[in-house]
Amino acid sequence: MQVESRTPYGADRTLEAILSSTSSDSHMWNLIFIQLVLEEHGYHVTNLGACVPVEALVDRCAALPPTVVVLSTVNGHGHLDGALAVNRLRQIPSLATTPIVIGGKLGIQASSLDHVQHLRAAGFDAVFGDTASDLSEFSAFLRRVAADSFAGAPSCDVAVARTPLEIARAAAARGAGLA
Amino acid sequence: MTSPVPFGEVITRAAARGRLIVQPRMGMGDPVDMRAGLLAVKAAKASTVGTITVDSYTRCNDDEAVRRAIAGDGQLNGYPIVARTSDVTSAIVKELRDASFVIQVRHGSADPQRIFEALVAAGLDATEGGPISYCLPYSQLPLADSVKNWAVCCKTFGRLRDKGYEPHLETFGGCMLGQLCPPSLLVAISVLEALFFCQQGLRSVSLSYAQQANTAQDLEAIAALRAIAAELLPNVDWHVVVYAYMGVYPRTVSGAMGLLGEAARLAVRSGAARLIVKTAVEAYRIPTVAENITALEYASAAAGQVRRAGPAEPASDTGILTEARTLVDAVLELGPQLDRTLTAAVGRGLLDIPYCLHPDNRGRTRSYLDRDGRLYWSDTGALPLARRTAVAAPDRNSSADLQRMLNYVARKYDSIQNAAPGQINDHERNQ
Repeated sequence: MQVESRTPYGADRTLEAILSSTSSDSHMWNLIFIQLVLEEHGYHVTNLGACVPVEALVDRCAALPPTVVVLSTVNGHGHLDGALAVNRLRQIPSLATTPIVIGGKLGIQASSLDHVQHLRAAGFDAVFGDTASDLSEFSAFLRRVAADSFAGAPSCDVAVARTPLEIARAAAARGAGLA
Repeated sequence: MTSPVPFGEVITRAAARGRLIVQPRMGMGDPVDMRAGLLAVKAAKASTVGTITVDSYTRCNDDEAVRRAIAGDGQLNGYPIVARTSDVTSAIVKELRDASFVIQVRHGSADPQRIFEALVAAGLDATEGGPISYCLPYSQLPLADSVKNWAVCCKTFGRLRDKGYEPHLETFGGCMLGQLCPPSLLVAISVLEALFFCQQGLRSVSLSYAQQANTAQDLEAIAALRAIAAELLPNVDWHVVVYAYMGVYPRTVSGAMGLLGEAARLAVRSGAARLIVKTAVEAYRIPTVAENITALEYASAAAGQVRRAGPAEPASDTGILTEARTLVDAVLELGPQLDRTLTAAVGRGLLDIPYCLHPDNRGRTRSYLDRDGRLYWSDTGALPLARRTAVAAPDRNSSADLQRMLNYVARKYDSIQNAAPGQINDHERNQ
């Protein structure tokens, strides 16, 4: 499943984003919204949609390969499903240093520091909650990835600017946002 | 063994007594917690139906993930009805079900064969879903497979009749993507799924409609739903079930309760028999049992303040009935048997859900929410309808436009501080 988007910045498709739900998450509006956000940051988006099996995600990411992989999830299983997915993605040599991030509602309770640390340890470069401030953090993150991509810097360096605690603090604050 | 009172009959009896039936979404990984939740719903000060919501791993047939979750912290977002033995589930059902309290299973699967086997084994006679509504928004499965699966599941479910049950199936088609789907398409899909169920042998169904962003428009849509159902479902036991808003939910308690109260009044005014509630914490997380009980009792009280449930009040006519009938007729023109035509109907874009990412959805339609919360088509794609019904809709939404439309209802209800029930939508009622 994919929805091809037009890149708003001319024909150069240098910024490729793969956007996906987690394997058990059927929510769609978060994906539609994040696709628009990515496009507005100059990314060409392959939106894999809801309930994407891990192997389908891995196949698409290995084939492209993307500038960034974004998992968006709100069903409360994200801390489990996301960790499994990134673990598999990191086994693919071409994805070892690709920025891979996850955001949304990560547990069935409010997001916790444990979930963020668990997901970072599993291989995500950044973990976002679902608040307005998370959305601006995500936006800043996308700009950094884009800048580093055009500068030719190793892509994995862009995402380590935030400590897990900062991310957790942002995730714990609630407001309108990513999901 | 004595046959239980059929689900549809319990709802119809309550409606005849002028009581709106209220129902939560509720599912716990542990059977002990599930039983306690159902007990609390039964004891609530309202006419209630119990719900067993199935977890999302079971919905995806991911047995390994269910096992991991049960072996780990046990935190599942629903009841793993396939992993639990039928003895465990049926013991809960037998203990709690009686002539005034029935239980429905809610799941969300496009491949629900094992869920249906499990609920038949446990003697559960009511569930919901549909070949379109549980595939296009929720699954990667090809629609053709979902249609086949649902036809088989209707047959499986029908086996309950041999045991003295009258199985009841509710369409989820009135809720495509929860928000921003114009009402005529919600009505059309809900009717088509009900007709599909009946063609596959069921005799007791309910038709869903999810509250959208303008009450006058919703009243008109539900009147259209009832009119078409009455035409196409003769000799079938059917009722209408309203879902409290399924989109981005208000974040304040007063906003959430205001929206729920409006849903309850919508249900009564439209002549619906049943309401599925949302809670004050909907914007944040899965509700606790206590939060669900509060919502059930609040909704029941709000419904009681309108008048006794009964016949619908007359609705305005902006053309929803004509549009919905045109969509249904266009699908039925492909042939009378929906199991053979639904996939082609979606493939040709006769049914096309705005913004839906499923590969079998054409994805050429777009909707637009005006300043009064009314939904219009900004692009009808290949739908057999006039090109667009919105006057001032932009050709392409930015993320900010989309967020504004997605958050319209939440913003509206959150901005009304301490409003008393009945005051919220007076301006809409007068439109």
